[in-house]
Amino acid sequence: MEALLEQIFNGVSLGSILLIVALGLSFSFGQMGVINMAHGELIMIGAYTPYFLQSESGWFDGGAAGTAFVVALPLGFLAAGLVGVAMERTLLRRMVGRPLDTLLVTFGVSLILQQAARDTFGAPNVDVVSPTWLTGRWELLGVVMPHRRLFIIALVMLAVAALSAFLATRPEGRRMRAVMQNRDLAEVSGLSTRRVDRTTFFLGSALAGLAGVAVSLVGSVGSQVGTGYIVDAFLVVIVGGLGKLRGAIVGALALGLLNAFSEFWTSASIGKAVVFVAVIAFLQFRPNGLVSFRTRGLVA
Amino acid sequence: MKTTRPRRGLMALFLLLAMFAAACGDNNDNSTATGGGEEPAGGEAADAPDGDTIKVGILHSLSGTMSISEVAVHDAELLAIEEINEAGGVLGKQLEPVIEDGASDWPTFAEKAEKLLTVDDVAVVFGGWTSASRKAMLPVFEGLDGLLFYPVQYEGLEASPNIFYTGATTNQQIIPALDYMVEQGMTDVYLVGSDYVFPRTANKIIKAYAEEHGLNVLGEDYLPLGETATATVVSKVMDAQPDVVFNTLNGDTNVAFFKELAAKGNTPDQIQTISVSVAEEEVGGIGVDNIEGHLVAWDYFQTTDTPENEEFVAAFKAKYGEDRVTADPIEAAYVGVHLWAMAVEEAGTTDVDAVREAAKGLAFDAPEGPVTVSDWNQHISKTARIGVVNAEGLIDEVWNSGEPIEPDPCLEKYDWAVGLAQGECDAAKEAA
Amino acid sequence: MTAPTTSSGDIDAGIPPESPAARDARWGRPRTPMSLLGPRGASPWVGRLVFVAAVVLLFAGPELIADPTRLRQWAEYLCYAMIAVGVDLAWGYGGMLVLGQGVFFGLGAYAMGMHLSLEQTGPGQLPQFMSLYSDYSELPLLWRPFEHLWFAAAAAVVVPVLVAAALGWLVFRRRIRGPYFAILTQATALVFWLLLVGQLQLTAGTNGLTNFSEIFGRSKYEPGTNEFLYYLAAGGLLVVVVLASQLVRSRYGRLLIATRDGEDRVRFLGYDPAVTKTVAFAVAAGMAGLAGALVAPIIGIVAPNQFAVLPSIIMIVWVAVGGRGTIIGALLGALAVSYLKTRVSETRPDDWQYFQGLLFVVVIAYVPGGLVGVARGSWLRGRRLLGSRGQRGDVSPPRPTRGTTEVTA
Repeated sequence: MEALLEQIFNGVSLGSILLIVALGLSFSFGQMGVINMAHGELIMIGAYTPYFLQSESGWFDGGAAGTAFVVALPLGFLAAGLVGVAMERTLLRRMVGRPLDTLLVTFGVSLILQQAARDTFGAPNVDVVSPTWLTGRWELLGVVMPHRRLFIIALVMLAVAALSAFLATRPEGRRMRAVMQNRDLAEVSGLSTRRVDRTTFFLGSALAGLAGVAVSLVGSVGSQVGTGYIVDAFLVVIVGGLGKLRGAIVGALALGLLNAFSEFWTSASIGKAVVFVAVIAFLQFRPNGLVSFRTRGLVA
Repeated sequence: MKTTRPRRGLMALFLLLAMFAAACGDNNDNSTATGGGEEPAGGEAADAPDGDTIKVGILHSLSGTMSISEVAVHDAELLAIEEINEAGGVLGKQLEPVIEDGASDWPTFAEKAEKLLTVDDVAVVFGGWTSASRKAMLPVFEGLDGLLFYPVQYEGLEASPNIFYTGATTNQQIIPALDYMVEQGMTDVYLVGSDYVFPRTANKIIKAYAEEHGLNVLGEDYLPLGETATATVVSKVMDAQPDVVFNTLNGDTNVAFFKELAAKGNTPDQIQTISVSVAEEEVGGIGVDNIEGHLVAWDYFQTTDTPENEEFVAAFKAKYGEDRVTADPIEAAYVGVHLWAMAVEEAGTTDVDAVREAAKGLAFDAPEGPVTVSDWNQHISKTARIGVVNAEGLIDEVWNSGEPIEPDPCLEKYDWAVGLAQGECDAAKEAA
Repeated sequence: MTAPTTSSGDIDAGIPPESPAARDARWGRPRTPMSLLGPRGASPWVGRLVFVAAVVLLFAGPELIADPTRLRQWAEYLCYAMIAVGVDLAWGYGGMLVLGQGVFFGLGAYAMGMHLSLEQTGPGQLPQFMSLYSDYSELPLLWRPFEHLWFAAAAAVVVPVLVAAALGWLVFRRRIRGPYFAILTQATALVFWLLLVGQLQLTAGTNGLTNFSEIFGRSKYEPGTNEFLYYLAAGGLLVVVVLASQLVRSRYGRLLIATRDGEDRVRFLGYDPAVTKTVAFAVAAGMAGLAGALVAPIIGIVAPNQFAVLPSIIMIVWVAVGGRGTIIGALLGALAVSYLKTRVSETRPDDWQYFQGLLFVVVIAYVPGGLVGVARGSWLRGRRLLGSRGQRGDVSPPRPTRGTTEVTA
């Protein structure tokens, strides 16, 4: 029973990481059809941000690592967002309607960013110091819940809440939804889809930055950090359905739990294979993911 | 729009051409050199270096996942070459390093090794990190009769006449670590490793040892290389409550593993860990807070107290920066270059057979202490050490084997290991 | 865009068949495989000459490259060209972005690698890695048939084809396409890698199968071996190129292109796009499998990292750089990029990743037609400048279109 509860917590925790990693991807993919292979490197930018503040900038010397981490959250968000906008402005806007090409271009960008990180910060992994208030843990019904993981879960919930509020109430958010549902109709109704695209891409990239700051708490920080998450993130997105917040949440949780349990009962490698087979099987029933728009159009 | 298109295409074409030109630019000397390569190339051609320099190959991953570890080893080899050159070179000739990138890809290692031996005609190659890269290069060095110096601890069960192994084999690292565990009364062991050959083989040896020495193996888990989701494995370990985790994880997974272990509230006095792939370099990435007080097993630490090491650490930091650290494989690579240079001086030629013969029994005062090349298996005798990670991220020695341990790659001196190696070393023995 | 299938096919069975001359007048002269090599609108003899010259050049390789190491590298590039032609068939002609072609390449390579491993040890013996890393006392069932060369060679092609057909059928039948398909194939590559690494006892894990010093009964370092392997690769490439160009010229090929440009319209016309796409996907997989079988003895090692996610994406780059939707482009792209990789990483290892990334960005964003597109563009412009009329105008390399294109009357 305890082991079961423990795996549920591990699964939810993994799911929360998958969700924050996939959230931004789901947006750029869902709205613009951009398959952003550089998403992993935007995560990397986020992950390096607390390291930069703590160790290289010299602004937070003398035990202010915790403060630096808190500052890193908005800064990582912003930094990755700006890199994303730069990418959108220079490359992606040339390729509207060529989704498969965006995949390849952004992959090129990811190679460049990775090597740039290696040249800037060196090849070895670097250390992000966790704030002291995140080193503790709670125990409930025999399940150990580290503060770091609870923090990530809370951060994800906050991000999801903020995002849905933004989409539901802000004019920019409503425009994003309009473009996502029907781009042509939105355009003939007088929306500048270009501008909406830029907002979307900023938001998607910035969320990747936030995810990067978060995962620096639990994993390694190095030039390869993003590549470890990217395939899983894509799986979440296609299981959840393009650009659907609800789908992404359910998809991430499902994959996280499935992964934790199959790993618990078999081994890590087999566990991953099980997840993949499950995804293929699932897509047999719901080719467009858990949550999809119902339209009469041929191309969903 | 329509008028700008051709110009844009032309610009792009121009850019492409410029890139191609840049790529091929400084290649010309190289290709002319290879164009005339009529004579059959191979190890034989290397025995009569006529120029003022002797070419030596350096083959590590400078790009890709493994560059995290291998760049530092490549740096150490360059440092050793520089030292040798400043002292007058080898046989009165300067060493000229030819650097190739293995790109973390085993076939590339094999391909570049072949290129170094045939196209560049190097006298020796210093290279490799992963066992896989060594296994990939082995047939090339055996087929072309070249010489490889391999600087990393590995799983043993191999003794190629064309490879010098300057890192530890199992009886110089893993078995001393197990002996230390028994001595300290840690009897319940949990095995955690990355899912590849070294951990699997190491754990096979550990299980055979455990049966003989009354250790209980409570569990065994493998994580894919590069995996960062370690929560489930850590849960399994915490539930089993072993005395010690024998950790053969590699690279990034170590970071996630130790972070998770610390986050779940473990301290070294509850569940101790002993790692064989975590050195000073990796400690920086894991974070001292997460690994302080945990044990590691190696043959060398930056803090190892010998006059040679003081000089080595000072030289390394002077060349590459104060913030750099040295570690076991870095030292082993450095030692390898010096051993080769000594063997060549002894042999009076860079001919592979002569060097191999001259290297037998060669002794060197390395930073890790005195080392001697084995008579028959081309490994070197080394002093095994156990250390504990301290608050500065360096490693303090808590135990050592007292004297250098003879290399025994096929574990022939251990009764309990019978059948593990199945005559892998017989050929090497016969040849000697 | 117009669908080229309209002039023939069962759906217009009621309409009297067009005469060949009338059809040519409407659609332009059909392109033979050889004329595909020449610039569009040029005399078919240009294409034929180019083809013959290319074949002569291909088989003269060992005469031109004296250094055995370099020759072996070229043999390797030829294998990559085979994969590229397959990828082009699926992606360039079929519009399916395959990000997991490494899986099929790997299946072929492992099939042949298993045979070569057994060749080293002799019949009934365990391969070296198996005696070290596994508990098997005799050869596992999966390995046994690979003692025979014919079985290994057949399996190297058949297994990838079957796997691709099964996977493709499952996926295409449910109309999973575009990005979804691309990501699924990428995940396949990841899982394939995980399994290869994880099933250490059967596959030798990350180390892979190595130490092939005996190849088809001859020593790897014997003087003639590299030439022999080169000719094998050249022959394989020739077969693949001829097969691919026959295929794209056939009625099936036109259907494939039509499916790429308007899958739904093809469906309305009574075809099943799932079948069309599965066939192309499977043929491409077979080509990758063949390349794998040939590359195993050439490189002398078969290891999981060659078939993981990253190498699979590089396979797409070859085609993109050369020019998708043209077989010659895919082929040249693979050769050029592979050659450059060797050269750049020999001289400036640190810069290769920048270079590769830039190549991606520049080619895809600015030169979607690739090398062939550029060459074709300048040929047409040159003709226009000289005053002669292009036969059917600039048929620019296809771009995947977004959504449905409007139906022409």
